[in-house]
Amino acid sequence: MIIDWIFTGIVLLALLGAILTGKGGELAAAVPKGAQAGVTLALSLAGSICLWTGVGKVMEKVGFTSFLSRLLRPFLRKIFPSTKSDPVLSGHLSANICANFLGLGNAATPMGILAAQRLAGRRKDGIASHELCRLVVLNTASIQLIPATVAAARVSLGCNTPFDILPAVWVTSLCSAGMGLTAAFLLGKVWKK
Amino acid sequence: MTDYIVPLLLFGVCAAALYKKEHPYSLLIDGASEGLKLLVTLIPTLILLMTAVTMLRASGAVEIITKFLSPVFTFFGIPPETAILVLLRPISGSAALAVGIELMAEHGVNSPVGRTVAVMLGSTETTFYTISVYFGAAGIQKTRYAIPAALVADLTGFFMAALTVRLFF
Repeated sequence: MIIDWIFTGIVLLALLGAILTGKGGELAAAVPKGAQAGVTLALSLAGSICLWTGVGKVMEKVGFTSFLSRLLRPFLRKIFPSTKSDPVLSGHLSANICANFLGLGNAATPMGILAAQRLAGRRKDGIASHELCRLVVLNTASIQLIPATVAAARVSLGCNTPFDILPAVWVTSLCSAGMGLTAAFLLGKVWKK
Repeated sequence: MTDYIVPLLLFGVCAAALYKKEHPYSLLIDGASEGLKLLVTLIPTLILLMTAVTMLRASGAVEIITKFLSPVFTFFGIPPETAILVLLRPISGSAALAVGIELMAEHGVNSPVGRTVAVMLGSTETTFYTISVYFGAAGIQKTRYAIPAALVADLTGFFMAALTVRLFF
């Protein structure tokens, strides 16, 4: 797994950095301090994460998801033309996008995977289709209504207005998803197998 | 104005649930216990990654990397202090969160750097993880232009995070 390499790599970088700058003492002290900080951090995030997964659950139940997927339909038909003839795919895709939007990452991934498998099933050669590339790009550029974890982290650091970043987050994620999809469309025109 | 978004949202979903003859309170409880399960899987990860990240920051390696990348970041108007976050974000979500929290604590949550960090964390995803999960599940070997396109999205996100924080605050 890639995380094994990242973890080892970070520790190695820290070791090299400390040797270069002569900060061996600080490095040694950082080990127990960091572990303790991990526990404190996890606990300080607990309240907000639980609250927002709760809110996401209520939104799903009151039909916010199906309302969103009606709004999304014209957009889906443009980006994923196969949804015109495949209502099941259309359902998976809109569930995936809505769950991402509501910050329900755990629900978004299974739905996205179902959509990806359905898209991949159309051709069995192991080469990503245009639509599959677009699905992945859309999922790597997260569009979220409430970035709960970040807000929780800000609260844990003593911020009184954790949600003042919302407009900036919305504009930024819309721009990055838009640019990602544009790049996918343009690259799709010139990319050879 | 933004002060009211969250309280209104909380009231709105509860009122909507009551209107639909659902039970908002027990739904919130259901969701919260799911959140707790997520948190339990997050705790060991955070402990280990916070250890690694704290070591990295104490060692002075971050300063070296930041100094090295600083001209590129300054050119695009992105605070160079965020360099380490930008490097880790597409690879590991928890490591990025750990680094982001360290950065926000160091520079202040409401400082331009602290806010840029928060917007970056809130508006981007763990690109390489997402790509490997989706293509892995779909049995795809040739990912074609998905990675470059996803990285274009990430870079736009980092650039826009700095820009929106400068414009909105």
